[in-house]
Amino acid sequence: MSVTTRPTTLTVLSDEEIAITRDFAAPRELIFDMHTRPEHLTKWLLGPEGWTMPTCEIDLRPGGAWHFGWRNVDGDELEMTGEYREVVRPERYVNTERWGGEWPETLITTTFTEQDGVTTVVFIQRDLWDEDAFRAHERDWNRMFNILADYTEKRSTRP
Amino acid sequence: MATDRLSLTFAALADPTRRAILARLLDGAATVKELAAPFAMSGPAVSKHLRVLERAGLIKRGREAQWRPCELNAAPLKDVSEWAERYRQFWDASYRRLDEYLDELKEKGNERDD
Repeated sequence: MSVTTRPTTLTVLSDEEIAITRDFAAPRELIFDMHTRPEHLTKWLLGPEGWTMPTCEIDLRPGGAWHFGWRNVDGDELEMTGEYREVVRPERYVNTERWGGEWPETLITTTFTEQDGVTTVVFIQRDLWDEDAFRAHERDWNRMFNILADYTEKRSTRP
Repeated sequence: MATDRLSLTFAALADPTRRAILARLLDGAATVKELAAPFAMSGPAVSKHLRVLERAGLIKRGREAQWRPCELNAAPLKDVSEWAERYRQFWDASYRRLDEYLDELKEKGNERDD
């Protein structure tokens, strides 16, 4: 068993991108496969306790589809689908992701870098919705988000 | 917060004009005309954006027919930051499990080697 707990960090990179970063004490070929092969993914991509992953279909090639499905002990179900855009084992893969409904489609770039036996996984999630509008933006969304969060704090202290 | 409500917030925020409107409202309540001023946009076009923001609960509008000032309601944004934390936790829990799974594979590998 591992004694080291490696933190998973979420970083807001810009007003349209967030990144999740995590280190693993294993070669990047193995970590790449862990992220792209159903026999491995169904063992760990389960989020909080109580969920299983009965559906995990992966066609790992540009244009290939993927479909993940989870179920919890209460019978709740979650589904995610998308398409691979780029696959360069063990360096990176790019895929789209859809939750359905009004959620915007996102583009995810997952990269694997290895140094001194430690593989760092970084995935950057980018909103695909209204992409032109995003390009045209004039304000620093991240900064505004922080201002608004502060504002909410102040507001919540009012009666 | 229900997922559909959160997706309304995300949808409302996914537009630079609407974000600029929210930024303007940080300074205080404003009328549609005032909000339209910085944009090369008609009143109805701005009103359409305001309806999206209102539906997402990000703004509140006054009742007076002519003077309907818009006011910021930033509460849904707090839900967005809570969502981000839950998203991180999903990956953290999964990656902890991956650590354990990697250890199991390693042990099995070692057994085979022996």
